[in-house]
Amino acid sequence: MTEASEYAVVLEGIGKSFPGVRANYDIDLRVRRATIHAIVGENGAGKSTLMKTLYGMHQPDEGTITVNGVQHTFRSPTDAIAAGIGMVHQHFMLADNLSVLENVILGDEPASGRGVLKLDVARDRLHALMDSIGAAFDVDTMVAELGVGQRQRVEILKVLYRGAKILILDEPTAVLVPQEVDELFANIKKLVADGTTVIFISHKLDEVLAVSDEITVIRQGTTVATTTPGQVDRRSLGNLMVGSELPDPSGRDTQVGSEVLLEVAGLDVAGAAPGAKLALEDITFRVHSGEVVGIAGVEGNGQFEVCEAILGLTPVVRGTVTIEGTDMTTAHTKERLATGLSYIPFDRHREGLLLNSPLWENTFLGREDEPGLSSGPFLRRRRMEADSRQVIARFGVRTPNEQVPAFALSGGNQQKLVVGREMSSKPKVLIAAHPTRGIDVGAQAAIWDEIRHARDAGLGVLLISADLEELIGLSDRILVMFDGRITAHLDPDTATPELLGSYMTGEMQEAS
Amino acid sequence: MNQPLDESLEKLTKTIASTPKVGSGRFQRMAVTSASSLFAVFVALAICAVLLWVTDKDWVKAYSTLFGAVTEERVLYDTLQRATPLFISAAAVSIGFKMNLFNIGVEGQMRVALLATAVAGAAVRLPAVLHVAFCLAVAMIAGALWGGIAGFLKVKRGVNEVISTIMLNFIALSLVAWAFDDFFRDESNTEGVLVKTKELPSTAWMPDLVDKPKLGGTLIVALVVLLLFWVLVWKTKFGFRLRASGGNAGAARATGVNPGRMIAISMLISGALAGLVGMNRLMGDVHAYQNNLGEQQGFNGISVALLGQKHPVGILFSGLLFGFLSAASGKLQLEDIPKEIVTIMQGIIVLAVVIINGVIQRWDERRIQRKAAAQLEQLAAAEAVA
Repeated sequence: MTEASEYAVVLEGIGKSFPGVRANYDIDLRVRRATIHAIVGENGAGKSTLMKTLYGMHQPDEGTITVNGVQHTFRSPTDAIAAGIGMVHQHFMLADNLSVLENVILGDEPASGRGVLKLDVARDRLHALMDSIGAAFDVDTMVAELGVGQRQRVEILKVLYRGAKILILDEPTAVLVPQEVDELFANIKKLVADGTTVIFISHKLDEVLAVSDEITVIRQGTTVATTTPGQVDRRSLGNLMVGSELPDPSGRDTQVGSEVLLEVAGLDVAGAAPGAKLALEDITFRVHSGEVVGIAGVEGNGQFEVCEAILGLTPVVRGTVTIEGTDMTTAHTKERLATGLSYIPFDRHREGLLLNSPLWENTFLGREDEPGLSSGPFLRRRRMEADSRQVIARFGVRTPNEQVPAFALSGGNQQKLVVGREMSSKPKVLIAAHPTRGIDVGAQAAIWDEIRHARDAGLGVLLISADLEELIGLSDRILVMFDGRITAHLDPDTATPELLGSYMTGEMQEAS
Repeated sequence: MNQPLDESLEKLTKTIASTPKVGSGRFQRMAVTSASSLFAVFVALAICAVLLWVTDKDWVKAYSTLFGAVTEERVLYDTLQRATPLFISAAAVSIGFKMNLFNIGVEGQMRVALLATAVAGAAVRLPAVLHVAFCLAVAMIAGALWGGIAGFLKVKRGVNEVISTIMLNFIALSLVAWAFDDFFRDESNTEGVLVKTKELPSTAWMPDLVDKPKLGGTLIVALVVLLLFWVLVWKTKFGFRLRASGGNAGAARATGVNPGRMIAISMLISGALAGLVGMNRLMGDVHAYQNNLGEQQGFNGISVALLGQKHPVGILFSGLLFGFLSAASGKLQLEDIPKEIVTIMQGIIVLAVVIINGVIQRWDERRIQRKAAAQLEQLAAAEAVA
């Protein structure tokens, strides 16, 4: 076999800079044909930038792209698709109100000369493709009715339908529970056996080690190593990725307190539409002082509603919310926050930050009534700025000063700012929703440390997370939510990701 | 917390405090927004010059006549006189913008307030200062009530305020015309064909600052409005919450700010200010309601607000520019140049500023990001040396 045909994709010397950031440089990547090639790296290491380069979403500043021995310049994804490259994005791009078949052919519809759709042709081709990946579902089902794992399968079929022989999967397992991950891997292994090449982006080391043939590690914008699962273990691969020791979320020395800081009892919350089933049903739990209660669950199973109900942002149908011994079920959000409740929101862009405002206004948000920062109805700008500088220093927010608008910060630093703001109002109860989502390992460790310190000082924490490692490592107790109910109470010392996964998918439920 | 940690924290806080601020600070952003407004004005001047040139008019002469008028005292007073309602109306529009509301209904709110004030003001007898205050209060309440309808519809029924305020403009126009014609016209106070309401007693007249050339006292009201607008929006907790809700409703909501309440309040304030827009004509000049009173000032305020970048200082300059253009436009006719070119110019300015703002903003955001990254690298390098 010549070299040209041995490699499906060869990237040499790829560099790509954005204003102020060198996202990629000296990238060297060789992907053998019909293999699963994992690309691992921390968030922000430059994996996505590299894949966008390969998929033609932007052009590299330097370097060459060779596909199947032929050098290419991709001006747009259309060029990349023509060269047989397909990409499945982390966020699905499907039309809910169309069927599986319609979604797959959308944009590439087989039609007769007069423009009449030839659905039967498409259907046969789709069935053939489904056989090739070992997927089985009715192609006439509406996508809205499919689960997350099945939707992902549709995305993959869509790409294959367009003739892709090289498949890029961008963090495909981020949204899946462990059982769905296994199914996905079975599918892609079948594809690879038939000659397809899969490039698999991830930062979950266990998966990478389990499924890939070769692994390329990206750190701080460049490729630092290419290895195989046989040559490395989880620890050494992690160290390659981070360049130093991995942070470890576990460990505590203090005792959980006896004071109940937050109590939710028999809580029901109505569904989105009138007559729809309840969004929350009979939710009951307590958070003590110095305790971290973790909530696990696939997103959209009621975690958001629990937070909203505790904050008083959504009406409660039945049940009570008690904060520090006071019944707050009907209290206004401001009152609840004033008693010492803090909230690190699910999505910092949607609920946490004023992106266009300077940092000192962002650290002030929600703390308008805090003494010292305002006097009467007026703001005290100097105090606000000084306070902001303190938050920035204490939480290690990387920024030139407090006058920069929030959008100029990287995601991790934005998150540190939000966490810093919420912690600096000295809360007694903290609702932390995905406190370290989408940020790098260093910032993650810093945030975990802050939460742990505050917990040791008596803070009660309700931790909602999709990162099972974070949940197991930080929590004193883990609740699993499924379909608007709490379906399991687990001990983090004995809980495994697989066990959590079984409860999260609803496969297992505790008898109520 | 232990001692050394505290000390190092303090040191770090000081380092952050001592890094240069002007770089990515607000002054540079202000300079950038001002520049985009200025640029928009020049683009408009250039396009109008081309328009004049293709229609065989002498554009050099047109502009020298127009801007030559700046030396004339009469034109300058007239500029202030014409800018007065624009200041208020632009403030009314801008306060809506701060909450992400586009109040196109200033015109209608103003019209309702005009008739209400003319009728109520003429119906009561009060001492001079009180009577003026009473009239201003009636104007603000009437405007707030009419603007409040749009706020109510948005909060309770989710009706887009752009649609509802446009519709309410038409309703206000017809409703006021009908009420005026059927109930409030006063035949005894009619000059020629111009029908008016009963004249306001002289205690309700807004005193002039300067008699000749005329400069009405409403200018003071307008300047106070701009000042209060600035204090309220940028210096108070309420203003912060308003801007927070406008900037990111989700984030404001999570801190306990009720977005519906903010929408209602900002529509009420916006309407109250809109109610004041016509007062320089009603209380300072005509002293009775007539059909063309204050016409278009509500719409012109939108242009002035956009050119003034929704900031009181910007509104001051753009209001003066628009006031000057219309004050000086009469001069053009003497040179056989259609004065409508000024209206066209004002229109192009607004289009240009919207387009240029969009482009410049994106450029500015990239510039700030680049700058922040560069400063961070410097900081890291400095730390490494230390």
